[in-house]
Amino acid sequence: MTDVVHEIEVEIRNIQGLHLRPAMQIIDLAGGFKSQITVSSDKDTADAKSIMQMMLLRATCGTKLKVRACGNDAKEALKAIQELVEEKHFDEPLPGLTA
Amino acid sequence: MEIRKGIGVSPGIAIAKGVVIDSKDYRIPRRSILDSQRDKEIQRARNAFAAAIRSLTEISSRKTIEEGKIKDIFAVHMRFLQDKTFRKRITDFIDKERVTAEYAVSAILREIASHFEGIDDPYISERAADIYDIEKRLLTHLLGKMREEMEHLREEVVVVAHDLTPTQTASFNKTFVKGFATEAGGRTSHTAIISKTMGIPAVVALGDMTSAVTAESLVIIDGNRGVVIIDPDEETLRQYRNYAQQISLFVHQLDELKDKPAQTKDDVRVQLLGNIEFPEESQAVADKGGEGIGLYRTEFLYLYGGAEPTEEDHYQAYAQAVKVFSRQPVVIRTMDLGADKLPQTIRQAPETNPVLGLRSIRYCLQNMGLFKTQLRAILRASVLGDVRVMFPLVTNLQELRQAKMILRDVMEDLDEYAVPYNAKMPVGIMIETPSSALTANHLAAECDFFSIGTNDLIQYTLAVDRGNEHVSLLFSAAEPAIVRILRSVIHDANKAGIGLSVCGEVASDPEYIMLLLGMGVRTLSLASPMIPEIKKIIRSVTIEQCNALARRVATLDSQRQIKNLLRDAISQILPETV
Repeated sequence: MTDVVHEIEVEIRNIQGLHLRPAMQIIDLAGGFKSQITVSSDKDTADAKSIMQMMLLRATCGTKLKVRACGNDAKEALKAIQELVEEKHFDEPLPGLTA
Repeated sequence: MEIRKGIGVSPGIAIAKGVVIDSKDYRIPRRSILDSQRDKEIQRARNAFAAAIRSLTEISSRKTIEEGKIKDIFAVHMRFLQDKTFRKRITDFIDKERVTAEYAVSAILREIASHFEGIDDPYISERAADIYDIEKRLLTHLLGKMREEMEHLREEVVVVAHDLTPTQTASFNKTFVKGFATEAGGRTSHTAIISKTMGIPAVVALGDMTSAVTAESLVIIDGNRGVVIIDPDEETLRQYRNYAQQISLFVHQLDELKDKPAQTKDDVRVQLLGNIEFPEESQAVADKGGEGIGLYRTEFLYLYGGAEPTEEDHYQAYAQAVKVFSRQPVVIRTMDLGADKLPQTIRQAPETNPVLGLRSIRYCLQNMGLFKTQLRAILRASVLGDVRVMFPLVTNLQELRQAKMILRDVMEDLDEYAVPYNAKMPVGIMIETPSSALTANHLAAECDFFSIGTNDLIQYTLAVDRGNEHVSLLFSAAEPAIVRILRSVIHDANKAGIGLSVCGEVASDPEYIMLLLGMGVRTLSLASPMIPEIKKIIRSVTIEQCNALARRVATLDSQRQIKNLLRDAISQILPETV
């Protein structure tokens, strides 16, 4: 079976952007799936399982990222990542909300 | 072949393989390796990753690490260390660029950090700091390994570094270290002091040079001329081997003076004592003809191992030093840490001006427990010989009185437990600040001896940082202000009839010996390798000549005139010394 590449777009919503802790959450999540997962900004593409590459995306609050997954569990992987980034926003504060 | 010029701070010639010591707080310079060393460096990098993961696992499992920010930081570091693409980037860099593992780690992490610069986001700088943390974690393992290797050297080497810290030099296996070359430092930096004590050549203030030394480089250190030669050609190497031989011949001739007294031609007796850092060096002092220890620097007790030394640690060290000189003086200086010498473990919040901060006797008076531990050990050792105690950096009478009061407290404690000690142990102070020098007449009334520490006295009087290569040329004992302040202290001590010695660098500088004698100094304390040469000078002059010279110096108003006069005087008497 030829693997189809699934793709979604997510927006970084937490105020501090994709710093080390959120990057860690993504790679931990991605690491649980068999699919190959990449995350792209308009400049770079990163392996979602490499913390170094995720960091180098330099995604700040408001950045839109394309997430591509290829493999048997691709759809589930994308859904989980979307939930982490956009719904849970890494359990971090959003802009405009003062603590 | 590469020739570098610096400041020669300890004489002699060393020819050996160069070993570069890096410090993890300093930018790691680019250092090339040979093709054949690539596999070894890649393996070193892999080992550093493995070791960092092991130690991180160990730290994270400790109960004290609670949930929260710190745990997150450790978890993130762990992800980085386990990131195969990250590791590959470093090993690929070593492979392609042929550099050391340290440099690859440093360069790659700094490149990653640089991606976060110039981005308009207030949280970016924190990300760069996170990256530097990871760099430090890996370098700790790479450089820590290096330190272990320095402890277990099996062949002769010369050490090349940006600068050396006391903690680094304390861990060297000194049998195999034959010389030092550092990029930073001045005439009286730590490297200068330690190399003189060890009697090995050293050149400092060389500027950028660690990157020029590869793992296979042969290095010549010429401490006499202040020159370092990397990878010398055949002819240069041959010349230097001859030169080294001549020098060892000269040293051999001086050794014949060992059993002759340090006495001027007109029979004025001078006492030559040794400065030591480690107890085992007191034997070297005796071997060179020293008549006791005039300055036992005890800081190394605090720098070894990182933990505060116990009373027994102190006592064992002092007993060992005193054993060699059971009837001759051994002057133990209490802890003089602070400023550039404080190790991380004892350091408090960073001070803005540590040279003028909480250090030395000031630190001891505020940290009574640490001070009393040392005083108890000194008192216990006082029954083993002619032990004397000396307080550093005293600036006024109040401090001297406080220190003496604490000494009396400790004596009473010992009385309670019937521990024997010498109740009449002489108590002295270092004269190394302008304020103690200017009030020397008062201080002399309440202590048994002075020892003039010229290094600090010059630094504080001239307001010149002796370790700063940009101003270190202004650091000179021939400044009229220094000559005047010395004369005044010597006068006050002699008038009060208390003991007086000079223990700074000046006491081992051939050019200043006649002046010191002429001003009334009769005891000098210096690094043991210099004792024979200084003795030769003393045995070649008369006190009349010295007095006349001191009188002429008093009439001069510039450093240059004084320096020239001193140089001329000694070169007329002993042309080969200068």
